[in-house]
Amino acid sequence: MRHFLDIGRLNCKELTHILDTAKSFTSVEGQTVKKVPLLRGKTIVNLFFEPSTRTRTTFELAAKRLSADVLNISVATSATVKGESLLDTLFSLEAMNTDIFIVRHPESGAAEFIAKHVAPHISIINAGDGRHAHPTQALLDAFTIREHHQDFSKLNIAIVGDILHSRVARSQIEALNILGTREIRVIAPRTLLPANIEQLGVQVFQDCTQGLRDVDVIIMLRLQKERMQGAFIPSEHEYFQLYGLTPERLALANPEAIVMHPGPINRGVEISSEVADGPQSVILQQVKYGIAVRMAILSIAISTGERGVDHET
Amino acid sequence: MKLEILNGHLVDPANEIDQPKDVFMTDGKVVAVDKPPDGWKADHTINAANKLVLPGLVELSASLRQPGQEHKATIQSETKAAAAAGITSLACLPTTNPVVDSPAEVELIERLSQDSGHCRVYVIGALTKGLKGENLSEMAALKAAGCVGVTNVLHPLKSSLVLRRAMEYASSQALTVFTHPLDHHLANNGCVHEGLTSLRLGLPGIPGAAETAALAFHLALIEELNVRTHFCRLSTLRSVNMIARARENHLPVTADVSILHLYLTDSDIQDFDGLCHNLPPYRTQPDRDGLRMGLQDGTLTAICADHQPHEIEATLAPFQSTEPGSSNLESLLPLVLQLVQEGVLSLKEAVRCVTQQPAEILGISAGNLSVGGTADACIVDPGLDWVLTSETLLSRGKNTPMLGRQCKGRTTHTILGGKPVYQLENG
Repeated sequence: MRHFLDIGRLNCKELTHILDTAKSFTSVEGQTVKKVPLLRGKTIVNLFFEPSTRTRTTFELAAKRLSADVLNISVATSATVKGESLLDTLFSLEAMNTDIFIVRHPESGAAEFIAKHVAPHISIINAGDGRHAHPTQALLDAFTIREHHQDFSKLNIAIVGDILHSRVARSQIEALNILGTREIRVIAPRTLLPANIEQLGVQVFQDCTQGLRDVDVIIMLRLQKERMQGAFIPSEHEYFQLYGLTPERLALANPEAIVMHPGPINRGVEISSEVADGPQSVILQQVKYGIAVRMAILSIAISTGERGVDHET
Repeated sequence: MKLEILNGHLVDPANEIDQPKDVFMTDGKVVAVDKPPDGWKADHTINAANKLVLPGLVELSASLRQPGQEHKATIQSETKAAAAAGITSLACLPTTNPVVDSPAEVELIERLSQDSGHCRVYVIGALTKGLKGENLSEMAALKAAGCVGVTNVLHPLKSSLVLRRAMEYASSQALTVFTHPLDHHLANNGCVHEGLTSLRLGLPGIPGAAETAALAFHLALIEELNVRTHFCRLSTLRSVNMIARARENHLPVTADVSILHLYLTDSDIQDFDGLCHNLPPYRTQPDRDGLRMGLQDGTLTAICADHQPHEIEATLAPFQSTEPGSSNLESLLPLVLQLVQEGVLSLKEAVRCVTQQPAEILGISAGNLSVGGTADACIVDPGLDWVLTSETLLSRGKNTPMLGRQCKGRTTHTILGGKPVYQLENG
């Protein structure tokens, strides 16, 4: 694994290996000195073409806890910025003798494009590209689920909300399928469901009451404010009425069910405060585990790169 | 100059010929087929033994990028590529800078084409001023300057009323409207077919209905106004069925398909291959098969290259930011011949779709080797195995998903107005 671009290239063994490695890093968190020297002398670039708080900071912390040097670069981008300048940015960063680029970009396929053109000693980690993939988020979600429910083959997992625009949902569906999840459900109005979604191996529900029944995990997705302008839904109010996760709706699920959200949450739009702050919510655990999972991915990428093994792209 | 092509197998669909025949040309005209005229003595002889002799191919849609986009290609470079592809007549689009919406641009393109002398160039002018979709272009002036039709290409019209008036006005100037059916709102800046690939790759999709809705809308107007319309680059099975019904109902419509739509589907866009970025997008296997069937039953009457050369930088970006379209002039003939090898079309019908019928759509006297007609021809070695690479491409645009493809059959000679304009090395 030189690059880490999407979930679909991993098999169950590789995916589980990442989760196990992450588990070993959770103990680092508890230490007084929260550092291990695995990536000492390595330079990691957070190359963000799109704003992010959570993903960028957890990657930064993960890298620092592995003793790497971290460079944060936010590139203002717009539709008019073409690949030419993207490649030029890339080449100048390469020249600085860096080791890993963590890339977030508003266009689907950007991480893949960069991986195709980058110098052979550099690893690319996809931190979210357009609507395509957000593989580290999916892994930290899988990790969080595994901390609560060991056996994926017994789980019903519901993903609720704006599936259409969500790279998180795409990667989650891939990861959960690879891990052998019993049933993956997606719940949304048709305007927020991509065409052919059932072909990814999910059950489609447009009705929240039916969809949430007996699920073990509920993953809520963020609803972007601009979706109203695109005529995807009539109002936040009606969306919350139909799809918002309230204590009443949560009661339809398995009593042990956990509630997840990749953040940042819109209280009163997709989730009520009672649920977000309630005992079944693991939203803050997700953030915490995100660091361990990203430490695992960084360390695996570096060790593979050094062994010169390249069984990805 | 007197030129003779001897010992070849002549395929001239317009004259229903598919048999060994010699062709004799004098001063730019075909003077005899089969037997030489009395007292014939050639200045130049081409031995076409084991080769096919075809009318020069007629291409419905080539972007020559001049004026204004010379960083992509020039009339000189692309007409030379056309000659190497066996194409002797091509229609170019108004999407230049400035847009071809007045006689000045038409005259410039015609002059540059004549200077380069590799291929006849016909201009399809802008339907609306600046292709902005608001005001009609001066179509009578465009026609007088030599335009063979008008089009707004993929640029949207401001309203359905503008479309109606543009169609009516074009018809009163006896100009064919070349329409690219696309509902821009439904397409919604998509860049691939809306389906499994768009879902997997997270790329915004263009539903098939973006084409069929626009097509139905145009057909409704055509039914009422009876205006001659040519539909460009159909991409879905449903569109083919709609055109078939319209033709059964005797509406004055024709339609074409691009050669790559007969081969590629959305599943070819794996790993975000920007060279497969096209508008309309490559769709599904049933769509691809439906387009092939449309050719077989005569619903679609022309196959075109839909040539869109780009500089390499235009393809070096994440998929959605790459420029759509590819450099296809030189893939056209080998891929048409492959349709014959695959049994989709007979040789004669395949050749008809790139000669006689596109010429009829453009309303030009080309695409045949009738005695007394223009002496445009190409000679093809149907057994020649070769690989299409950026080195074999004469087009300035090296952007084609067909790079590296093993091809069978290649143009060895192209004759324009009775004169050789291209000969393959060792051909």
